[in-house]
Amino acid sequence: MRVAPAAPAAPAATSPPRLLGAYFVTGVLFGIVLTKGELVSWFRIEEALRFKGPYLYLVFASALAVAAPGFALLERRRARAFTGEAISLPPKVLGRGVRYIAGGAIFGVGWGILGVCPGPLFALVGAGVGGGVMVVACLAAVAGTWTYGYLRPRLPH
Amino acid sequence: MIEELLHRPWPWYVTGPLVGLVAVGLLVIGNKPFGVSSSLRHLCAAFAPGDVAYFRYDWRGVGLWNLAFIVGVVVGGFVGGVLLANLHPIAITPAAQASLTTLGIHDFAGLVPRELFSWRVLSTLKGFVMIVGGGFLIGFGTAYAGGCTSGHGITGLADLQLPSLITVLSFFAAGAAASFLLLPFLVPR
Repeated sequence: MRVAPAAPAAPAATSPPRLLGAYFVTGVLFGIVLTKGELVSWFRIEEALRFKGPYLYLVFASALAVAAPGFALLERRRARAFTGEAISLPPKVLGRGVRYIAGGAIFGVGWGILGVCPGPLFALVGAGVGGGVMVVACLAAVAGTWTYGYLRPRLPH
Repeated sequence: MIEELLHRPWPWYVTGPLVGLVAVGLLVIGNKPFGVSSSLRHLCAAFAPGDVAYFRYDWRGVGLWNLAFIVGVVVGGFVGGVLLANLHPIAITPAAQASLTTLGIHDFAGLVPRELFSWRVLSTLKGFVMIVGGGFLIGFGTAYAGGCTSGHGITGLADLQLPSLITVLSFFAAGAAASFLLLPFLVPR
């Protein structure tokens, strides 16, 4: 996994890719949480979207109950990351807000009919469900993102 | 006994806080905002940027960490979904089970219904719309909105960002609508 820091000639836009192993390990942990916590489960997602059970909402609430004070603490303390960078989350620009409503709605329709969001999409590829058919959904998602990039200048944001 | 414990699914009060810790952990490691859908953009930038300005950036500098992270998620999916797989059908609420049974789902074993996710179903029109169409909309919509259930739903909300709240309300509403109105037409009978 370890890759030499950015190609010599390329000016680094941000810090050079360091600690790739740490991100990989965090990803492995997240993948295990997603599967053991059943967040990859089509059944759990549809249960929530059809308002037939609180599981997903409780997961969200308890995740935020840890992340929100965690973020606040890190930012207030002006903590530094292991890389030395000052920890800060860039604010998202609201603008007219069209992208959030429209993009959210388009994603939501895909989420509702496939019962899977992007994290689980990757985890389910690893779990090999349906004889590996999730690879197709994953490639379709990449194609969707590419199409957005292509149409972006013509879309309202 | 231990074996049984390892295969048992985790309750929400273990799962949720761990998701929160992953988000905090990424900030602590390298000031990285927790999110998955950006990796779809980095994959495009790495493999097929074309002439599209949106994909013309230093994806190694910006996104290599995110790609390492999702490769980890794939591996974690194997560990959690295969090595530590739940040996019993999922314990969703009886109301959810009844609702999904009406849809035409009868097998509640595994992470996704076998009746919906297979190469055979993919080869049908309904299956194609569900798997390819659904995947496409997920990729398009998350790029448009600039985040998904992780980036907006966890990171953005935890950072009290209004755009994320708007996005989350929008995808939950659309997801519920799609589940009630579209899904019934896509489940094979």
